Amino acid sequence: MQTITEIANFESPRFSFKNNTFDFCKIPMPESSSSPLLKPNLWIDNYADYLYNYAISRVNDSDLAKDLVQETFFAGLKSAKNFEGKSTERTWLVAILKRKIIDYYRKINSNKGKAEVRMSFYEDGDKEGSWIEERAPQTWDNEADKLMESEELKTTIDACIDHLPEKYAMVFRMKTIQGFETEDICKELEITPSNLWVMIHRARTQLRKCMEENWFNN
Amino acid sequence: MLKKFQINCDQATTICDKSQYGEASFFEKLKLRWHLLVCKLCSSYVKQNQMLTKVFKIKASDCKEQKCLSARDKEQLKKELEKLNI
Repeated sequence: MQTITEIANFESPRFSFKNNTFDFCKIPMPESSSSPLLKPNLWIDNYADYLYNYAISRVNDSDLAKDLVQETFFAGLKSAKNFEGKSTERTWLVAILKRKIIDYYRKINSNKGKAEVRMSFYEDGDKEGSWIEERAPQTWDNEADKLMESEELKTTIDACIDHLPEKYAMVFRMKTIQGFETEDICKELEITPSNLWVMIHRARTQLRKCMEENWFNN
Repeated sequence: MLKKFQINCDQATTICDKSQYGEASFFEKLKLRWHLLVCKLCSSYVKQNQMLTKVFKIKASDCKEQKCLSARDKEQLKKELEKLNI
């Protein structure tokens, strides 16, 4: 079971990966007798839920989150010898998980081969930055009536977010749904604030259009 | 002097998005206001964006609960780890 403080910590991790530099590749095979400071046989009972939560609030996909947790435990076993006991076991495992999440983010960010489904909303050339007429905001009908909390609304939001290119969806969710601080997201994903705002902007223009078509003017 | 205030719709809506999180600077908000005086489309974007912020908050309040791995998932994980640990 997780304690209240653990849940509180979960919202704002205080550790930074940069303080812990591990080389996961140093030890080719895991040792059956790992560092006496670690208790890998208790890892799953003690930390699996915590790490899973940590991962899912960032990637929003349960299978992917499970994979990341598994990879974290594997990497932890492999590099158990490097653990010096300077931090707690959990902090150490979270640092590994953070690395896994950055690796994942980098991977989706560099998927250049895949055509990005991002739609452009603004003109290029002479009228650079002006709305493309047919993609500009339309008037919404009875918008106040459509604000009622309902399962349908939530499903529509989810569907629209799922339509975004994955990297935008990830940053948008972390910022808007999970409510992380800009600074924390930038640190975690190793991006700049202006980078983050461009992604939030692109996500939100696309979401506005999607919600217009599927909810407000539906 | 006035040139400094002139921004296009793309920049205006970027500032608007930023201000949905309360993170736009004073100067940015000033530039946005200035742009809204002359741009109807961006004015409706701003209005709709505020609505969307409310909508996303409904969604956000929904996502606060903790999620756990099922016992089966944990067993599976344990087996995988054991394989590695032999």
